[in-house]
Amino acid sequence: MATASQRTFVDRFPDEAAVVKANFLVAFVALGIGAFFGLVQTLHRTNIVRVIDSADYYTMLTGHGVLLAIVFTIFFLCGFFHWAIARSLDRPAESKLFSWAWFGLMTTGSALAAIAILGGLVPNLGISADVLFTFYAPLQAHPIFYIGLAMFIVATWLAGADWFLSYRVWRKDHEGERIPLQTFMVLTTMIMWYIATIGVAVSVVFFLIPWSLGLIPSVNPLLTRTLFWYFAHPIVYFWLMPAYMMWYTILPKLSGGRLFSDPLARVVFLLFLLLSTPVGIHHQYLDPGIAEGFKFIAMTNTMFLLLPSLLTAFTAVASMEHGARQRGGEGYFRWLGALPWRDPAFTGMAFAGILFAAGGFSGMINAGMNINYLIHNTLWVPGHFHLTVGTAVALTMMAGSYWLVPQLTGTKLYSRPIGLLQVTMWFIGMVFMSNAMHRAGLAGIPRRTAEPQYQNFDFVTPIGSIFELRVQIALGGTLLFLSVVLFLFNMLLTSLGEESDRPVDEYLPAPLSGAEGSPRILDNLTMWTGIAVLLVILAYTLPVAAIIQNGGGLFGGGLPVPATISAGLDLATTALTGAVNTLVGVIA
Amino acid sequence: MEIHAYEKLWLALALVLIVGFIGTITYGAAGAGIDMIDDKGGTVDPTTLDDHPKFGDPGIEKTGENQYDVYVVTRQFVFEPGTTQPIRVPEGSTVTFHVTAADVIHGFEVVGTNANTMAIPGQVAEFTVEFDEPGEYGLLCNEYCGSGHHVMEGKLVVMEQSEFDSWYEQQQQEEEN
Repeated sequence: MATASQRTFVDRFPDEAAVVKANFLVAFVALGIGAFFGLVQTLHRTNIVRVIDSADYYTMLTGHGVLLAIVFTIFFLCGFFHWAIARSLDRPAESKLFSWAWFGLMTTGSALAAIAILGGLVPNLGISADVLFTFYAPLQAHPIFYIGLAMFIVATWLAGADWFLSYRVWRKDHEGERIPLQTFMVLTTMIMWYIATIGVAVSVVFFLIPWSLGLIPSVNPLLTRTLFWYFAHPIVYFWLMPAYMMWYTILPKLSGGRLFSDPLARVVFLLFLLLSTPVGIHHQYLDPGIAEGFKFIAMTNTMFLLLPSLLTAFTAVASMEHGARQRGGEGYFRWLGALPWRDPAFTGMAFAGILFAAGGFSGMINAGMNINYLIHNTLWVPGHFHLTVGTAVALTMMAGSYWLVPQLTGTKLYSRPIGLLQVTMWFIGMVFMSNAMHRAGLAGIPRRTAEPQYQNFDFVTPIGSIFELRVQIALGGTLLFLSVVLFLFNMLLTSLGEESDRPVDEYLPAPLSGAEGSPRILDNLTMWTGIAVLLVILAYTLPVAAIIQNGGGLFGGGLPVPATISAGLDLATTALTGAVNTLVGVIA
Repeated sequence: MEIHAYEKLWLALALVLIVGFIGTITYGAAGAGIDMIDDKGGTVDPTTLDDHPKFGDPGIEKTGENQYDVYVVTRQFVFEPGTTQPIRVPEGSTVTFHVTAADVIHGFEVVGTNANTMAIPGQVAEFTVEFDEPGEYGLLCNEYCGSGHHVMEGKLVVMEQSEFDSWYEQQQQEEEN
């Protein structure tokens, strides 16, 4: 073994480690605030402890969604991908300045969006963005919410450019070599992201920003909603891909073995590239204005999207079993006992995988075009995605941090027992909260509402009682919040610890079946990108054309602008509109 | 490409599962005739709903033997009808709902059933429901629509035929006056 691999990541790539740490820092701050909002919400809507007005619930819910599902996950992803590119190509980024530039832009964008959201808690400020994570127009946020979002998206594009640039330079010295697996995963994920974010970029830049500034009077609500889902289903895989990458490339090593199959891993990531985007309409099964045939196509694509996840389940379990047998495990199931259950990084990822299987099953129900009518927009849905993004992704990221962060700080993990307690609390808390949310959804209890009950009717559940469901949700939510506190405490003390020569075993062994056993065409990224774009064009051209034609054109039919914007802003927009008009006049 | 035997088996089972799911849904749509929300409801100008022949005075109207149309306007934070007056339909009837939104996107959910749709400004959601027994259902908005979202609720009452008929007649007379 070369001495280079004996040294820690921070010693080999100090500049990259600094960028990764900065990304993780923003991610963890967002995690802390977002989890706190989650605690307030879980206690409020179950009527257990109420400290806010029900109207403010939606401000906090917007903050919870944006801070956790956008800021935490994507900053973590950027840090993780930056680490993976430097590690797997074994070279530093091409420009330190460029890396800090995208990080800076991303942070500024997030801060603007956060100010717009949190402004909703300050009366008379005139800044708010109580539009939730989905920001469906004609609900309107303050312009800086949309502007911050646009900056954030552009910054992620630049981050991707950073990694593609590293790859291009690497390729010059490595003619004919297979793309290293982690780099392959980063690049395919980013291509998917480029295709997917076109939807939200068009929606925000061409429609929502001009509309929120008063430059155009209205938008076509079904069009902006469709563009949102064009983007927001693939974002699910943008969250998931870093978790999958950890399950493929890190979890086998933590189990004591090595990855089962490199070629299958490549196939899985390519399937996600191809199928993630032409499915967004499955979030719109209940939308009028979209023909049933288009919904059916989206449903079929969605079902095939199960395939890469089912293959991942196989590889993850097979790799763990291989690791357990290397550690002396035997028998059909007894090998499970030979796994390193005392390691929080391993145990957290294993727990995440178990709950992801449950989330996968509830996702199959969501994808079922007809059965979906029973649970659409009920608590079932947050029950589902707290298992997927809220556990498969978030818990894997936290577990992965126990192994990754020491490589960045050069210090040992502060406490493994606390880490173990933390991942276990997350698992138990999520089992309580999520099963109760699923069952509440079946009773018809809606998602995204501040009140536990209504005046005209009572909810009925066939098994147990509504009160029992509420208690489970509140208890689970509280355990999840405490778990985040323990995680952040452990991370803080780890980063403040003493330097260690070799804080963690970073070596990642080669897969059992290597890339050489797979056709080279898998690495032809240009071709796969072409096919992915073609599928998107096939799935979206006709529905979008119909939505524009029937929904009153690109900008809708003169919907009134809601009066949520303060007088001060009106003044600013009037001035800006005037300036634009003058400018247009001058040009004309 | 080198694929392990167990992996091939797993792959085959996964594909069977997927094709099976698609099959059941296709059967549900084509065989069992489960109604989906689509574009058949057409569009409407949300700014002139008050002048619309149907949505201007939304409610129930008889279209045939045991056949009815119900027009519903959703707006922050009421169902018209539904909130101040319940939506009334007779037992044993087939009712086609036409739901639209006047301001922002809303949801229209008959609690505990699969009668559930989005209400989008400019679009009309059309779906047909069969009501057998008399009874009462809750009605709620399941798409966040603003700070009063949680108060947006209502009631749907399935009445006995005779009771409904006298109520419906009275409605017709009031309108004529």
